[in-house]
Amino acid sequence: MFDFSIVTSWIHTTLTSVMPEGWAVFIECVAIAVWIITIYALLAIALIYMERKVCGFMQCRLGPNRVGKWGCFQVFADVLKMLTKEIFNPKHADQFLYNLAPYLVILASFLTFACIPINKGASILDFNVGVFFLIASSSIGVLGLLLAGWGSNNKYSLIGAMRSGAQIVSYELSAGLSIMTVVVLTGSMSFSDIISYQTNGWLIFKGHIPAVIAFLTYIIAGNAECNRGPFDLPEAESELTAGYHTEYSGMHFGFFYLAEYLNLFIVAAVAATIFLGGWMPLHISGLAGFNAVMDYIPGFIWFFAKAFFVVFLLMWIKWTYPRLRIDQLLSFEWKYLMPLCLANLLLMTIITAFGLHF
Amino acid sequence: MEDIKYIEPASLRDEMLHLRNEKKMDFLRSLIGMDWGVPTEGDAPDSTRGLGVVYFLESTETHERTTVKTSTLDREHPELPTVSDIWKTAKLNEREVFDFFGIVFVGNDDMRRIFLRNDWVGYPMRKDDEPEKENPLRMDNEETVDETTEVELNPDGTIKDKENLVFKDEEYVINIGPQHPSTHGVLRLRVSIEGETIKKIDPVLGYIHRGIEKMNESMTYPQTLSLTDRLDYFAGMQSRHALCMCIEKAMGLEVSDRIQYIRTIMDELQRISSHFVFYACLAMDIGATTPWFFGFRDREKIMDIFEETCGGRLMTHYNVIGGVQYDIHPNFVKRVKEFIPYMRGIIHEYHDLFTDNIIAQNRMKGVGYLSKEDVIAFGATGGTGRGSGWHCDVRKRIPYALYDKVNFKEITYNEGDSFARYMVRMDEIMESLKIIEQLIDNIPEGDFRVKTKPIIKVPEGSYYQAVEASRGEFGVFLESHGDKYPYRLHYRSTGLPLVDILDTACRGLKIADLMTIGGSFDYVIPDIDR
Repeated sequence: MFDFSIVTSWIHTTLTSVMPEGWAVFIECVAIAVWIITIYALLAIALIYMERKVCGFMQCRLGPNRVGKWGCFQVFADVLKMLTKEIFNPKHADQFLYNLAPYLVILASFLTFACIPINKGASILDFNVGVFFLIASSSIGVLGLLLAGWGSNNKYSLIGAMRSGAQIVSYELSAGLSIMTVVVLTGSMSFSDIISYQTNGWLIFKGHIPAVIAFLTYIIAGNAECNRGPFDLPEAESELTAGYHTEYSGMHFGFFYLAEYLNLFIVAAVAATIFLGGWMPLHISGLAGFNAVMDYIPGFIWFFAKAFFVVFLLMWIKWTYPRLRIDQLLSFEWKYLMPLCLANLLLMTIITAFGLHF
Repeated sequence: MEDIKYIEPASLRDEMLHLRNEKKMDFLRSLIGMDWGVPTEGDAPDSTRGLGVVYFLESTETHERTTVKTSTLDREHPELPTVSDIWKTAKLNEREVFDFFGIVFVGNDDMRRIFLRNDWVGYPMRKDDEPEKENPLRMDNEETVDETTEVELNPDGTIKDKENLVFKDEEYVINIGPQHPSTHGVLRLRVSIEGETIKKIDPVLGYIHRGIEKMNESMTYPQTLSLTDRLDYFAGMQSRHALCMCIEKAMGLEVSDRIQYIRTIMDELQRISSHFVFYACLAMDIGATTPWFFGFRDREKIMDIFEETCGGRLMTHYNVIGGVQYDIHPNFVKRVKEFIPYMRGIIHEYHDLFTDNIIAQNRMKGVGYLSKEDVIAFGATGGTGRGSGWHCDVRKRIPYALYDKVNFKEITYNEGDSFARYMVRMDEIMESLKIIEQLIDNIPEGDFRVKTKPIIKVPEGSYYQAVEASRGEFGVFLESHGDKYPYRLHYRSTGLPLVDILDTACRGLKIADLMTIGGSFDYVIPDIDR
């Protein structure tokens, strides 16, 4: 298995040989920032294209097929359009909050994205409380949504923001508790430790019943956290036209749009990392030849394949189900999902304490 | 010809209360404003003059029907007693009469204009009014008014004005519409909410008001036909069928069996296609986008059948006075016979994807409950009425065309919630297929159109014809004075009672429920505004 840290340490040694270490670290930081933004934008484009095609496939349609072969330049055209559109400020809006909100949302999304290891040795932020950092930074996003709703001076936006506040705060509990189940099993909060724990089997198999439950609850809660159907109440277009981002245009709207798709990817990537082995290849104990072949496939391909598989699952759900109502949404979380997560956490603790896992 | 009994305004309320309580006339089918002009020397002693109202009443128990009218000669301050406390549906209808004729209803607590702008001058449906003279194209925005003036009758017979407020200052009022994804057109609802809970709904209508009834008064009878397709565009066949039947009845014209067969089949195809749109839009309102494509995919097949025979897809312009525009296309029978088994085979997809979905059921079951008394009092016919257990199908109550010869069930559900209304429509698709199946093989030979004179004149009198359109009872009231133009042509809107009843159905529920309930009512805005 190729270790990406060879590349990074080579770059570091090369740079430190020609300049002081401070400069080298600075250049590396800038390079990494550019790298994150590039990957972020490319992923968003891929996801939007995928969403359109998957949705078309679910709905007996073709999806985009005019701009470029199979419509593959459609999203580039849309991004270009969004970049050139005027950024509009409503007259009685709170200008500072209104303009700040999209940056908070995108910032939260970047921070969370940086935590995810893409390949062996290719993780940008990796430290002993990585999981904690991920949960913490992802919850900055809701602040952006609330500010967007409040700052727009629009009644629809405000209702959308209130909905998203209630929804995200509630479902973050379930998402956090589901991740905690994994932390209990692996005994570590660092993503690299969690992945290396899965060398001889993914956690969803190793942790059997509680891990499967945690995987499902995480998918549900994660889906709710990124405001996607059937939990898309904050921007329910048939009720609130566009919810908290009704008043935004141009790239400010684009930030919300990008963050929404990247949050979808982040949820899927976290699910892939902690339940499906991240960049770890599929290993079946006893089949040495098979395992060797699997090792030839690079880690980042494994990672993206798993993440996009989960993304596909989420899209499938979105394009099939109707939307919940706000009281149903909250009672589902507080009455069913969170108690289930708590019980599941207890079950996982018992299983780990008595060593009943594989 | 309708036999209309005249009642003096002074005794109107007593007479109406008598009809309501003794005769059990609980369904006010239509309330129609009229301008019979000023009295002249040559009037027959029993002729009615002045500004007045015609009431069509029916008892839902005995199916007894009666029609009464009243009028006042005062053109400066015409005042008539209200019946809005006897039949709830009268409230909005009386506002319409006030808007067009300027008749103030004493005791009706909401006397705002309904379709026209608040700064409109004059009352356009009066025969002596010249709407274009005093109403230039205004470039300023219309102000929304929250105050209404109620005229109250004191015990001593004098009259006093009372101010009513629609919304108070401290209420949080949001505008849903006129441009909104789930108002199905340019309907504007002012909704007072507390958090997510709806406290009151005030519909603001008239954004697509085209004055069709006024236009009809200057059109010859064949010309009036083209406007019915533009009322409820998902029930074009049925509403045009009603108008043609009404004029044919007035002329004493009998149409051949072939025409009856074609008209009945077309009506049912139209009903199926309308219910597909209902399914698609309701699912969309609840947030499921995929069912939309199912509904529209299969509706396309009916549109293709229409296109082959009529040349049009949405605006079919098919029925004419004395028959239909063209004979059916040679492929028509074949394609309809292909469609029936196809639809029966594919309907399970609709139910698998949406009806059986737990979220959809939770969103619809128990939401927007309407009792049978409510729907009758508001005159909400069609799927909405039948979802509350009211047997209101005109095809069964007053059979027309071939509906007394075919075998079909009137679908009713007793739950009265959105799910019941939804299921009524889904089951009606299957019943309509059954009706078409019984007719399609037996279309007799014959003329598809009876020859009529180039200029059609209708004998003097009042005529009413109702049909079961896709979303309820659609009625045509025609008053003729023997000219080639109708003196007054009124359409009973299928959607107006549905908007009226929205407030009753939604109070205390969530904003999201408003979309569900609106979707399950299935109103079409051009039909409301006319």
